[in-house]
Amino acid sequence: MSDYILRVKEISKSFSGVKALDNIHFDLKKGEVHALMGENGAGKSTFMKILIGLLTPDSGEVLLEGENLVGSNVNETLKKGICMIHQEILIIPELTVAQNIFLGREREVSGKSGVLSGWLNDAEINQRAAALLDRMGVNIAPKAKMKHLSVAQMQMVEIAKAISHNAKVIIMDEPTSAISDKEVATLFQIIRDLKAQGVSIIYISHKMDEIFRISDTITVLRDGKYIGAKSAAELDYNALIAMMVGREIDQMFPEATQPLGQEVLSVRNLGRAGKFWNISFNVKSGEILGLAGLMGAGRTEIARAIFGLDQWDEGEITIKDSPLHARTPREAIDRGIGYVSEDRKGLGFIPRMSVKDNITLSSMNNHRKGGFIDTHSEQSATEKMIADLKIKTAGTGQHVTYLSGGNQQKVVIGKVLLASPEIIILDEPTRGVDVGAKFEIYKLIRSLADRGMAVIMISSELPEILGLSDRILVLSKGKQTALLSKAEATQEVIMQYAVA
Amino acid sequence: MNRLSKLGQYGIFFAFALICLVLALSTPKFFTVSNLLIIGNQVSINALLAFGVTFVIITGGIDLSLGSMVAVTGVAAASFAHPDTYPLVIPLLVGLGAGSAMGAFNGLVITKSKVPPFIVTLGTMTIGRGLALILSKGRPVSNLSDAFNFIGGGNIAGIPFPIIILLIAFAVCSVVLNKTILGRYMYAVGGNEPAARASGIRVSRVKMWVYTICGLLSALGGILLTSRITTGQPNAGAGFELDAIAAAIIGGTSTSGGTGTMTGTLIGALLIGVISNSLDLLNVTSYYQQVVMGVIIIGAVVLDGVGKKD
Repeated sequence: MSDYILRVKEISKSFSGVKALDNIHFDLKKGEVHALMGENGAGKSTFMKILIGLLTPDSGEVLLEGENLVGSNVNETLKKGICMIHQEILIIPELTVAQNIFLGREREVSGKSGVLSGWLNDAEINQRAAALLDRMGVNIAPKAKMKHLSVAQMQMVEIAKAISHNAKVIIMDEPTSAISDKEVATLFQIIRDLKAQGVSIIYISHKMDEIFRISDTITVLRDGKYIGAKSAAELDYNALIAMMVGREIDQMFPEATQPLGQEVLSVRNLGRAGKFWNISFNVKSGEILGLAGLMGAGRTEIARAIFGLDQWDEGEITIKDSPLHARTPREAIDRGIGYVSEDRKGLGFIPRMSVKDNITLSSMNNHRKGGFIDTHSEQSATEKMIADLKIKTAGTGQHVTYLSGGNQQKVVIGKVLLASPEIIILDEPTRGVDVGAKFEIYKLIRSLADRGMAVIMISSELPEILGLSDRILVLSKGKQTALLSKAEATQEVIMQYAVA
Repeated sequence: MNRLSKLGQYGIFFAFALICLVLALSTPKFFTVSNLLIIGNQVSINALLAFGVTFVIITGGIDLSLGSMVAVTGVAAASFAHPDTYPLVIPLLVGLGAGSAMGAFNGLVITKSKVPPFIVTLGTMTIGRGLALILSKGRPVSNLSDAFNFIGGGNIAGIPFPIIILLIAFAVCSVVLNKTILGRYMYAVGGNEPAARASGIRVSRVKMWVYTICGLLSALGGILLTSRITTGQPNAGAGFELDAIAAAIIGGTSTSGGTGTMTGTLIGALLIGVISNSLDLLNVTSYYQQVVMGVIIIGAVVLDGVGKKD
């Protein structure tokens, strides 16, 4: 008798002739954390949708404790014990924690029958929610309104909801994409507790270090095919990447080829009440300055202040010895600063505009005849940028929504570059980007520095910070705790200052 | 899905062509030069307002004060348009100036206060109506010069002058939207305002322009209407904003911002005009006309929604 709780056999699924999944296997043991890895487009989400009954496979079986779930809908798979926690958490903000947990099951918990079962029983709901949250060891009030919770707390509530469904298998899709490192630690503790209780977790994440921290087994998909399943102990970082991209990446981080130039940007004692204090650093032409720190350390806030998206109260910023206090991004752009936001969808691009219209948006002054648009110059600038950055798009008129994450990021970088910045601030430049495209973005960042730009790179991925930066500024709770040279910096040293 | 989305995009053109074809075949009077000119003339004011509100809706805003601006600008222009007082250019400048100023006021309050445009223009809609009554002391302003009355009632080579104004306005608005940097920025602001700002676009400036242009076009509509009825009516234009918004929406402008075309809006306005004209020809009472119009508005948005899904 096997100890597998879920066995997926020979699953295939095509969409209008294109094979999204081709003969996929997946075996999940009771009480294990099983990571599902693969680049965007590898078939992870199609596979998940089949597991939870949102899609029906063309062939194959999904056996939960021997029972074939193929053909069951979402509600049925949930009742049988498969529960998914989506990356974008689905909650009703105006309802309380308890009301969210038991949403849709008010009749079951009302304790009444007949007509009266329509009568809400909030007391019972609150009591049950409190018991659940207590058991998880998290401190969230059942009567708190959902909208007052942090993202991490909402996630805990979702997990509580899964437990209340007596889930045997919980699928977590990028659960750490929007929570702080401390909250990640809490989440991992809860995952370990769930494991101990015999609940199995399918864990999807782009963050390699997390995968190795939490998972027991790793299954890799690539281009809709099953590549293999290995115990996490057998694999290392490079081996896993090789499985995912199908080739060895020998050198992830390109070296500088040009010497450093003059100081371009200097920041002195910069402060903004409640956000950051006493920040001082400079960046030279050709240099990459890494900004490291935990989420909430003030890295993005500093970048936004320099770029004129937020205001700051004290200190000074100078660009090539002349002061800058940008009140709008326009002023910062005109003074040669470019900013690639961490929030690509929110601040990066206009989804319903074309690649061309997006990429030229910051530099329309270079493509004008009076108030009119010079379409020829605009078109040729766009084509050149598409070629330079190797943007994969069906053409200059393609809407940016339809590009992959990596190519959307390149469009945003292209937009910033067309405004000819001397200083470029990249905030989490590889977030939500495939491993292969990450490598290309690293090359690009280094080439920008080699072309003489001063680069500031904010990143939560330490390997990235260590691999690319010439110097590293570490922040903790809005204060500057270290400015490290490349030689001094290791993951341990950075972490030590990041939590200081 | 792709085919459906294309249909959503061009559906309005097909629908318009189809309705015209059916009417041409079923109603002999419909497809005559004189009737088409009547339609064009009737549509002109709504189309002008609809062009203005299309700019606003593309940036993600809304303007409910159009109808009131029609009244204020009409009364203001009429007050300076009595025979043998001022040259024609004065009432025109007064009317257009009043409209631009009111539009700029909308823009200023919206950009400075961060109050949603719906609320701000709901306020200025009422303020405008009050101003029109104050300016006219509640009475119609009549006895206007022949030159002024030509604007809404005259012909050039048999073509009603309002149609000529309509065509010129359409051409100018299309150029502004498609060929100028301002037009590009309108789409950017409506498509994703924070990203537009982070791209260096002065969002407030774009919005100021948009509401001012909308006021200007409303004034043009107000002058046309006043001239056509040869009276400045403080109660004129009530509800015009809804017809204008309807034309823009039927023409494919999304109320969530970031999309829309002047051609679509023109077709939308023509469709409204053609339908009420043909229902008139078919002796359908105006009660039913309103029901039909409502169904068309919802139908257009449903098609638009189909077009947007992936």
